[in-house]
Amino acid sequence: MTTNAQYQDIKPQRPWQPSNKDKAESLGIFLFSIACAFAIVQFSGLNGKLGLFTGFIFVFILITSGRSYLKFGSALAKDSMINILVAVGMFITLIPIASIIFTVFSKGYQGIYPGLFYRDMSLNSPNDPANVGGLGHAIIGTLILVSIALVISVPIGILTALYLTEIKGNFSRPIRFLVQAMSGVPSIVAGLFILSAILYPITKNNSALLGSLSLAILMIPTVARTAEEVLNLIPNDLREAGVALGGTQWRTVAMIVVPAAKSGLLTAVILGIARIAGETAPILLLAGGGDRFNFNPLSGPMGSLPYFIWASFRSGSPESIARAWTGLLVLLVIVFVLFAIARFFGNRKVGK
Amino acid sequence: MSTTEATYVIPEKRQLTTKPRFSDKVFRAVVTGGGLSSLVILGLIFGFLLYQGFDIFKTQGLEFLTTSRWDITLDESGDIISSEFGLAGMLIGTILCSFVAVLIAVPISVATALYLSFYAPEWLKKPMVTIIDLMASFPSLLFGIWAYFILMPSATYWAKLLNKYLGFLPFFKNELRVFDSSPFIASLILAVMIIPIVTSISREVFAQAPLDRIQAAYALGATRLAMIRAVVIPHGRNGVIGGAMLGLGRAMGETVAVYTVLNIVFAINWQILFGVGGNVASLILLKFGEASDYEIKGLMAAGLVLFVLTLLVNYASDLLVRSFGGKGK
Repeated sequence: MTTNAQYQDIKPQRPWQPSNKDKAESLGIFLFSIACAFAIVQFSGLNGKLGLFTGFIFVFILITSGRSYLKFGSALAKDSMINILVAVGMFITLIPIASIIFTVFSKGYQGIYPGLFYRDMSLNSPNDPANVGGLGHAIIGTLILVSIALVISVPIGILTALYLTEIKGNFSRPIRFLVQAMSGVPSIVAGLFILSAILYPITKNNSALLGSLSLAILMIPTVARTAEEVLNLIPNDLREAGVALGGTQWRTVAMIVVPAAKSGLLTAVILGIARIAGETAPILLLAGGGDRFNFNPLSGPMGSLPYFIWASFRSGSPESIARAWTGLLVLLVIVFVLFAIARFFGNRKVGK
Repeated sequence: MSTTEATYVIPEKRQLTTKPRFSDKVFRAVVTGGGLSSLVILGLIFGFLLYQGFDIFKTQGLEFLTTSRWDITLDESGDIISSEFGLAGMLIGTILCSFVAVLIAVPISVATALYLSFYAPEWLKKPMVTIIDLMASFPSLLFGIWAYFILMPSATYWAKLLNKYLGFLPFFKNELRVFDSSPFIASLILAVMIIPIVTSISREVFAQAPLDRIQAAYALGATRLAMIRAVVIPHGRNGVIGGAMLGLGRAMGETVAVYTVLNIVFAINWQILFGVGGNVASLILLKFGEASDYEIKGLMAAGLVLFVLTLLVNYASDLLVRSFGGKGK
């Protein structure tokens, strides 16, 4: 007992973690490097943000690895140099995404007003100021396009995933490759295919259905691959239990495997939607684009968010470009929401 | 007390059968049919594009791939007087842009993946992975318009710097001093678009590096760098190359983002900083609106070439990603 008390105020030591002194030193070097970078920009040929950035990295790497070399030797000096370089890589990856989100929000928010969501553009040209007209027709159009694509691609995608995980037939390997290859099919080629197979020989007119068909081609591989991953996570015990109870394979899959993977399959579907919601090229070829509400997917051009953005962007006047940014903001928010829902369901435990 | 006589009924031996029932036969047939759909769809794409573009291949032959022009002359009644389609400039432009994009994206992606796998503090990993996955699901239209307004001015400035200091290299020459809308800028936006894909594949590959060897390396006193060089890189090299190929395939097929930033001209141009470029997918979008029926056939043929190109790149990527799985286990 006494010995326990004796050791109680000795805390476990973690020598591999940086002490406060180390942290202070790192911070000091960091600030000093920033100062040096400013000095370099001031007194040498380098200039602009690019000069500041490279100057900072150069000085920071030099000092940090120099310190490591003096303290620990060359192996750790190299390690700390690589540490900084990979962190810089991460930073460079983050720059565009931060810039994209910031730009879209700062340029797009001015165009948001209530009428935007229920008016269409039939009475306005894209060059009108931002407080008239709206993208209601585009949102409806995108909803119709996506839901038809959904109805076509979800059964096919999930059947493909079931083939890969439940039947595991002779074709599993080639089919896995074909699904992978299909996810690499350029969207414009999917559009051209529907154009050559249906639009030119048969219908000869734009319609939302044709757009949805090409979107379905793009969506199937996303759904199939995600669903396969999810179904692979279902423990084999469940399948064996189902068969041992006398169920046929059909009953086992339909009553046990698929319900267990429900939330994961939902994630697969939502990721598929996120993949096609902003797809532009096939829609330009097939669905055309209107400036008014069109609820009939079988005939006539149908507006959609990507088309709305594209047309406003191509008009080129300051008002229409502001409109394009507003459209992008709406599209981005939709992608955000879909992504958040997918994350929410994807993080649930599989097999409950 | 009555004595009940135990009567033993010996059950008949059950017939054990492995013959699938009718419902299972239907189920297996339906699922197999669904599974084969990808084969059917890819076959149909190939078949229809070939069928529609066949005339072009027949009349132009190999010149379709080796010359670089796009002319069609119609007389007043709309009949074709002459037509010459050649895709060389566009094909070279596509390959050039996507290779440069991969060259830019791979080091950044591998660095990001290494940082997230081995260097980043725990609390930072999950949000960063989420952000990168989010970026992968951004629509290409968003990248395109952002590139046109935000990236282009900076990229033009960088291009001028490159030209100033490295202009003696043939790739960086730019005699006419036109820096806008160059293949370099298209490559930059393609690089931004494929970084998330290559990063997430690299992360998956690094995560499969054998843990016992990683721990063994640390136990022998290796630094993180030494561990990465001894364990992770030999194990993951092919996987990363496969991921890069996958990114290459994506970059080749990208349409809208390239179309917004690239100035498409029918000429073969190897100088990436010069504002003249080609891209098969963008060509289709550019010419589609005003194309006559015969010209559409040319576009179909171009689509077929692009399709076959991306299939080949994907196949190579698949072989590489698969081959890494067997190693180091």
